[in-house]
Amino acid sequence: MNRLFYGLVPIARKEAVHIMRDPGTLFFALLIPMLQLFLFGFAIDTNIRQIPTVVFDESQTQQSRQLLQRFAASDVFALRETVQSQDAIYDAIRSGQARVGIRIPYDYARHILDGSTATVLVLVDGSDSTVASTAVSTSTGVALQQSLAQVLPAGNLPIDVRPSVLYNPATRSANFFVPGLIGILLQVMIILLIALSLVRERERGTLEQLTMTPVAPLGLMVGKMIPYGLLAFFELCAILFVMRVVFQVPIHGNVFTLLAMSLPFLLTVLGLGLLISTRARTQAEAFQLAMGTVLPSVFLSGYIFLIQNMPGIFQVISRVIPATYYIRILRGIILRGAGLGELWLDGLVLTLMGCAAILLAARQFVRHNAA
Amino acid sequence: MTAAITADHLTIRFGSFTAVHDVSFSVSTGEIFGFLGPNGSGKTTIIKALCGLVRPSEGSGSILGMDIRKDAAEIKRHVGYMSQKFGLYEDLTVEENIAFYAGVYGMDRTRIEQRTRDVLELTGIEPYLHRRAAQLSGGWKQRLALACAIIHSPRVVFLDEPTAGIDPVARRALWDLLFRLSGQGVTFFVTTHYMDEAERCGRVGYIYLSKLVAIGTVSELQRLPDANPTNTTRLQIRTANASAMLDSVRRIPCVREATIFGHSIHALVQSDQIDTLRRELPAAAIEPIDPSLEDIFVTLTYRIMENRP
Repeated sequence: MNRLFYGLVPIARKEAVHIMRDPGTLFFALLIPMLQLFLFGFAIDTNIRQIPTVVFDESQTQQSRQLLQRFAASDVFALRETVQSQDAIYDAIRSGQARVGIRIPYDYARHILDGSTATVLVLVDGSDSTVASTAVSTSTGVALQQSLAQVLPAGNLPIDVRPSVLYNPATRSANFFVPGLIGILLQVMIILLIALSLVRERERGTLEQLTMTPVAPLGLMVGKMIPYGLLAFFELCAILFVMRVVFQVPIHGNVFTLLAMSLPFLLTVLGLGLLISTRARTQAEAFQLAMGTVLPSVFLSGYIFLIQNMPGIFQVISRVIPATYYIRILRGIILRGAGLGELWLDGLVLTLMGCAAILLAARQFVRHNAA
Repeated sequence: MTAAITADHLTIRFGSFTAVHDVSFSVSTGEIFGFLGPNGSGKTTIIKALCGLVRPSEGSGSILGMDIRKDAAEIKRHVGYMSQKFGLYEDLTVEENIAFYAGVYGMDRTRIEQRTRDVLELTGIEPYLHRRAAQLSGGWKQRLALACAIIHSPRVVFLDEPTAGIDPVARRALWDLLFRLSGQGVTFFVTTHYMDEAERCGRVGYIYLSKLVAIGTVSELQRLPDANPTNTTRLQIRTANASAMLDSVRRIPCVREATIFGHSIHALVQSDQIDTLRRELPAAAIEPIDPSLEDIFVTLTYRIMENRP
């Protein structure tokens, strides 16, 4: 055991001094993720509200105004402007002034009054698929409600669905995105820091020197991981604090469980960083490789897109991405109040991944230096 | 004297490339052994093999009686290594660098204190104890690197081009240190490109194209048949304008090799044709000389290149 991790303590101590002495590292490690948390945390809102809408109301009746009121009341549409022709609607959408146009024909009120079917034209800009699908479904809903109100006396519906959104009643986007963001930010920070630190040693020739000493590969690797792991843990606490206080995201589960379950993820990304550093000859190369891990972690981890909706092959890929498991842990504990009972498997997978990455890195390291 | 370092028919291959081919030598305890050869000839690979970092494909070797195949971990504890890159942490102070390497060698506190005092006294770096390595001049960095390399009192030290890019005064200071340590029984294995440094070594090995071409003391090498082809004599030609004369000297048929040394030309000439040469160059002062190390290595290199298909 002692042999396997030989040199761990002096390496860890030295690395801590490096971190303390380099303002660049501290800035990168502590401030950049915090800045990004603020930027992305405030910027991302997937709830679609106030879609700019133009109206061409040929009917100009009490009935048509009632319908438009319902559109406005949905909060999805912002009735900005009235225009005087269908061409004007097209122009407004093409120019980007509006994304939706509503045309109520001149005979709308007459059809309503005599009980026949009135038609309303809703033109939707399909260039943003989420906006378009929300506009289509909401306008259908609006029409349905209006129709029901027309046919049935109030409060006498045969089915009354009462949706109740658990854990995030206001369906705030921040609650969904900020916990996931923690995983992504920590990953970028840790992988880069540790990979650069090892590659820097290679560039400066100190690594060559170390290979001539009795330091064991695992002693070097784990020795480096400890100070960076501590730094990341500190940053995690700071980010959780900001999430709770600034973004008002409540933590439903146990904070200590969350911190404990974060350790396997830190282990994995530290290992991943080390693995990258054994592949990269220069710091620039390490930087590129580290950045290469970001996009898959953002798009295939379930952070933004639902894994269940992905084609089969991507669902398989998502299973080898550490962020997938950690984001599940983060959301589970923070949003749903889950605990070890529900999430132990994710933690176990991460731990195994981490150990595998570190062992692989140590192996690569030995092979690399023999050549 | 017992051998501190031995290599016995050492061959190291990386895939189809043979980096070291059938190299054998031994270095006695307390000896300073110089190892010369062009870049890529296999010098560093031999050092790595002797330290147990690279497994030899064939042959064997030992350091202080320990087998380089079996006792790699133990060898590293008793061996020091310093390269031209120095292996110092620039943002750590002199003291911290020394303490780090002492820690890496697993030394306990009292031994660290005692050895730190020893190496500070030896290298004279004490006034800079709290200065960061980045702020040291090349010469002082080199002394610090040596201090770190010998902090664990190794009995064998490998120096891989230790004086590349260092000014002559610092170089001489380093060699003085090496002689002091070798007097205390430390064995040095030094690779270098500098002939004057090689001439300071007790014995010298010359490796070319992965093969050990020559080995011995400087005077042994000077008498080497391959370095003094039969029926040739090495001459020093002192003439008014040596550099202008070089080409015309090279064109004289009896001259095998000719090169400039300061204000004179060193030439390898067919022995029976010396009089012809004197007639061709009436103004020059011509006298026989012993070959310098450089002469020897150049001659050996030419012979190998001639014999290659």
